[in-house]
Amino acid sequence: MSTETIPPRFGIGDTVRVKSLSPEGHMRTPWYIRGKVGVIGGLMGSYWNPEESAMGRDGKPDRMVYHVHFDQARLWPDYNGRETDQLVVDLQDHWLDIASPQELEAGNLS
Amino acid sequence: MSPHDHEHGDDHGHDHVYGDDDLLAEVFEGGPPDDYEILEIALRELLFDKGVITPAELRAKIVEWDGKTPENGARIVAHAWVDPAYKQRLKDDFYSAAAELDIDTAGPQLVAVESTDDVHHVFCCTLCSCYPRAVLGIPPEWYKSKEYRSRIVVDPRSVLSEFGTTLPDHTDVRVIDNTAESRYFVIPKRPEGTEGLSEEELAKLVTRDSIIGVTEALKP
Amino acid sequence: MSEAETNRGQHDIGGLNVDSLIDRSEHRLSLSERRVDAMMNLLFAPDRKIFNIDEMRRAIETLPSDLYENYNYYERWTLAMEKLLIGKGIMTADEITAKVADVRARLKEAGVSA
Repeated sequence: MSTETIPPRFGIGDTVRVKSLSPEGHMRTPWYIRGKVGVIGGLMGSYWNPEESAMGRDGKPDRMVYHVHFDQARLWPDYNGRETDQLVVDLQDHWLDIASPQELEAGNLS
Repeated sequence: MSPHDHEHGDDHGHDHVYGDDDLLAEVFEGGPPDDYEILEIALRELLFDKGVITPAELRAKIVEWDGKTPENGARIVAHAWVDPAYKQRLKDDFYSAAAELDIDTAGPQLVAVESTDDVHHVFCCTLCSCYPRAVLGIPPEWYKSKEYRSRIVVDPRSVLSEFGTTLPDHTDVRVIDNTAESRYFVIPKRPEGTEGLSEEELAKLVTRDSIIGVTEALKP
Repeated sequence: MSEAETNRGQHDIGGLNVDSLIDRSEHRLSLSERRVDAMMNLLFAPDRKIFNIDEMRRAIETLPSDLYENYNYYERWTLAMEKLLIGKGIMTADEITAKVADVRARLKEAGVSA
């Protein structure tokens, strides 16, 4: 039962892509954001992994949860709003991979 | 006839609203209990029988939740409006700032975000019903509904307009989905023409819905 | 996006853009609902650890879809609580069945038809 905290892999301003996984069980990564590219807006703090904790385990080691900002206009087809509207989702470290600014520019509409 | 036989010694059950008097018909608003209400009674009594929770604890928790209302949130906003340094402390450490006003926000970490002319914030919980209960109480039905949770992330402006809220053309909308431990709290924009108002009067303009972000604060 | 949909939980509905208006009517919780809420909060409180909040959410998310669809928020919580309490060995299904029958009998005796 490790009490160490996994060091955060990302910092504010990093471009990240949410993993496209669809595992069984409980998770706190909404389906609408999987595979999408956003930017780290803040570090929330290190917490246990809810996927593990939902099975009665302790969810350790703790790892960082980030406030990830997504451009709405790049997330949804025919988005009704401003180009600069955003959606913020709090996502845990192991759900994110580093991405390039080019991927961010390309947008999230597949 | 009284179903008090399994009562614990420290629980006198004189309060007809809580405790073992639940089998009295008048306690069931709108008619006799349905299967779910009966299941609730059964689970509760088994929990008492097995000493997992006590009637006193349950009563205390119900009273505690009944005491958490949007008035807590409104007081915090009003104070933040009149005191910019307090507003900053609120953003830096919500728990300590709320405690300055004798408001206990122990529980999930609260994060205050400020709506301005440039950015209007609104939060939701698409996955369940996470909500800043410590400062707003129990969430309204609509906040937990399929319609709100599914639409707010993809078309926030149409949801806002359903609540009667139209923002200026130059204001961005930022939606926050409460997916992790943090709970959000929107400091709505202070309305125009409120310069002379006391904090108490200002608090009356701050509604639950303006702290969620589906509306702005009321006009004076 | 279609790959992510294959295991999308029934609770995971952000972005589906359900094409109906939000029912904004206010609904004061019944005493029964307030009790369910309070009980659930007592049970998953960190100092008690009967189950944790993630186990609670998973129990709700994995309710059979017909129950999930047709029952309201607190009804789902009651079912999830029952599932968790049995799963954690706090009580058995037989005990619950017996207690429900007992409650019904007492209600009948008190003249409350149910």
